[in-house]
Amino acid sequence: MEVNQLTAHELLDKLKNKQVVFKDIMEALYVRIQAVEPKVKAYARFKSENKLSLNPQTNGLLGGLPITIKDNICTEGLNTECCSKILGNFRPPYDATVINKLKTAGSSIFPLKANMDEFAFGSSTENSYFGSTHNPWNLECVPGGSSGGSAAAVASDEAIWALGSDTGGSIRQPASFCGVVGLKPTYGRVSRFGLIAFASSLDQIGPITKDVEDAAILTRIISGYDPNDSTSVNQDVPDYTNNLGKDIKGLKIGIPKEYFIDGMDVEVKRVIEEAINKLESLGVISSKVTLPHTQYAVPVYYIIATAEASSNLARFDGVQYGYRAKSDNLIEMYKKTRAEGFGEEAKRRIILGTFVLSHGYYDAYYLRALKVRTLIKNDFDTVFKDFDCMVTPTSPTPAFKIGERAADPLKMYLSDIYTISVNLAGIPAISIPCGFTKKGLPVGLQIMAKPFNEEMLFRLAYAFEQNTQWHKIKPRL
Amino acid sequence: MKYETVIGLEVHLQLKTKTKAFCGCAIDFGKIPNSGVCPVCLGFPGALPVYNKEALSSAIKVALAFSCQIQEYTKFDRKNYFYPDLPKNYQISQFDLPLSRNGYLDIFSENKAKRIGITRVHLEEDAGKLIHELNASLVDFNRAGVPLLEVVSEPDLNSPQEAFDYLTGLKNIIEYLDVSDCDMEKGSLRCDANISLRPEGAKELGVKAELKNMNSFKGVKDALVFEVSRQTELFEAGQTMVQETRLWDADKGLTISMRNKEGAKDYRYFPDPDLTVFIIDQPMVSQIKAQLPELPREKMRRFTQDYGLSEYDAKILVSSKKDAQFAEECIQRYPGKDKKNIVNWLIGPLLSEANFRKSNLHELTINRDELISLIGFVEDQSISLLSAKLVLTQMIDSQKPAVVIIKENNMLQISDTVELTQIITAVIQENEKSVSSFRAGKINALMFLVGQVMKKSAGKANPKVVGELIKRRLTDA
Repeated sequence: MEVNQLTAHELLDKLKNKQVVFKDIMEALYVRIQAVEPKVKAYARFKSENKLSLNPQTNGLLGGLPITIKDNICTEGLNTECCSKILGNFRPPYDATVINKLKTAGSSIFPLKANMDEFAFGSSTENSYFGSTHNPWNLECVPGGSSGGSAAAVASDEAIWALGSDTGGSIRQPASFCGVVGLKPTYGRVSRFGLIAFASSLDQIGPITKDVEDAAILTRIISGYDPNDSTSVNQDVPDYTNNLGKDIKGLKIGIPKEYFIDGMDVEVKRVIEEAINKLESLGVISSKVTLPHTQYAVPVYYIIATAEASSNLARFDGVQYGYRAKSDNLIEMYKKTRAEGFGEEAKRRIILGTFVLSHGYYDAYYLRALKVRTLIKNDFDTVFKDFDCMVTPTSPTPAFKIGERAADPLKMYLSDIYTISVNLAGIPAISIPCGFTKKGLPVGLQIMAKPFNEEMLFRLAYAFEQNTQWHKIKPRL
Repeated sequence: MKYETVIGLEVHLQLKTKTKAFCGCAIDFGKIPNSGVCPVCLGFPGALPVYNKEALSSAIKVALAFSCQIQEYTKFDRKNYFYPDLPKNYQISQFDLPLSRNGYLDIFSENKAKRIGITRVHLEEDAGKLIHELNASLVDFNRAGVPLLEVVSEPDLNSPQEAFDYLTGLKNIIEYLDVSDCDMEKGSLRCDANISLRPEGAKELGVKAELKNMNSFKGVKDALVFEVSRQTELFEAGQTMVQETRLWDADKGLTISMRNKEGAKDYRYFPDPDLTVFIIDQPMVSQIKAQLPELPREKMRRFTQDYGLSEYDAKILVSSKKDAQFAEECIQRYPGKDKKNIVNWLIGPLLSEANFRKSNLHELTINRDELISLIGFVEDQSISLLSAKLVLTQMIDSQKPAVVIIKENNMLQISDTVELTQIITAVIQENEKSVSSFRAGKINALMFLVGQVMKKSAGKANPKVVGELIKRRLTDA
């Protein structure tokens, strides 16, 4: 096995035992990137002729282990463009809190940023100004999105591990499509400072990794209260690796009936049912539960998320940074900059968000959506009174073909039907590989838990992983 | 027909906190443009606002000073509009849940006391500053993010003079709280005025004009005076008013209509998802209440009660916090029983010195103890009141002790009867006419004779003693 194919915890052992050095890891990654990046396009600004250089950050626990960062997380002096023309060549003057934490822990920030849907608007990474990323399992398919670049890079061993961001499924759905592990932490668990906001009340940064143990390690590093983020919560961060390997016998698992609907891919259904059987064979007790407001999640999400996005994206006006269209008057400059700088999906969401906040519509849409959001959250609270976790598919389908849904935004929005409620409720959820379709596309199992109970997710996910081999299968590229 | 003028004022106060409202930048207006800034107040992608506790506490202080009800549950909202001095293209402000409501300010205007309602006091952030020069527009963000307090009055003001007195009273209180410089010329206090007329006795408000661009209290008054006559003329000509914003042109002394904007402004307010709800609990309110300094109204009451001052004198002294402090220090040092004596000095000769020097009472370079000793010389009749006033001037100019100045100028009064009798004898001989007038009962003649003695003694004679001596001489004889 090549060095770049190893997990982070395996590499940490080898670094400690001097079986590998930092340089070996970087070289193996470069060789791999040169070989497969032209096919996968996981990185935003990759050019094969450019030699990548990296100053290792070898002090600290992680011994310089490189990490790939999604293009919407600020890295000082490194391009951070949200894969949008409007942020053209923007280099932040500061690091996001998660980047600071990673550096302190001894992680090297990989110099190329991971591809994504522009401003995280999408479920396929097709909405990137830099072009689509391809699914390593089938290059004709999308890797999911919006953190498609991060997931594809990890799946194709172009990265050891990565950070993504999840507003409505943007970590879990691409993790599911690419056969890797992805976690959306509890809202407030990880600082958003330095994450270029899509929807502030829903966004969380989280890990995309090759296995559950890596996810547990990385989550611990990036979590914790940040005085620079009022919405981060001041609560101790446990060592999430402590509970790995703990027995799952007797855990009570809810299976929400609203998530097993007509129109769900039969292959996905089969794989998920097998996964649930597997969990039961390991001693969990599963029963059907109900989340009665599930059907409202998608409309509520697209009201709240676009409302916040329309305001969050107002700052991209050509005045201070990024792209500026030429014009001799201010209003024209604004208009041309934004018309030329934003892609179609960004414009669609800005217009939708502006509409739902407008005078006369606010109560009917935004205020109403906030109320229904509370009902959705209450659904989860009710179930979690009696259950330790809930288990669902991460996505109703496996990875779809590039271009297949691009013309139909509504169909695209339904890709996130199983992941959106988690963001609205603010709870944590993980997606882990749990099998493949007949055509060889990975399927992800989503596990949800109570707020700040990431430990439970890791414990259950780890038990499943240790008793299956899905996470060890690599795509052939 | 008679018209009633209805005015409401909207005052913005820049709080002089150490740091900005939502970031750690030190506030310093002397800095070169764009040097007192950080990613947060520049609205850089990914940066997040955090509450400044000092700003909130200053805001609560002001609200309490105006007897407002503090709202236990307050939140911040985004006011969305595009303008190049607004880095995020939204302003963090407060919309439907301001931190306080329903206060008042008592004013004394046109010889009557009146209570002016205060609708709300809320906290928001300031914008940057645009500078237009040489065909270019430049923006300085040093001011962006400085905490601004908005104090909105009820439409309870019925004349330009009342508006002026309201502003003076408001400034007085803020000065006591020491939370803002309240300098309209420097922009630390800004005031917009809403004004409408209605037929006397009418219940409904008329169509209002919003006046902007005034840069002094007098400017506010002048603009309102102009507007009253403009609107009266319109009424009398039977024309209908249009609701509009008008700019005050101080040079031309008139208001000019700003071009009508298409439709009403829609700021699309919504709760800022980056800031959590802020709870102002009772202990916090009590703690801030306990820190409130003595306010002008209370000080005035104390001055009248403790020092036996007339309301009129007390009002003059408390109209400036530092002057009141200066006055009180003098009053406390004054050994005499009747404090009125020292007060007469303060609001008499000292105030005229201050006015003459275009400064404030407390800025006069005079040692409080020296002032007391000067007054002592007058009271024990060592010098005349006239001389004392001259000494006072010199004391302020030279900062020499009173006794030194008196000696240098040979100003000690002659109260020695032997010396005075000689001068009086001469004067009586030289002014037979007046002597007989006095004997005929004309009291003015005595004054004339005393004046002659004063003249002969080069002002050093003690006029009281002289008067007594002359009287005794002429009636005895």
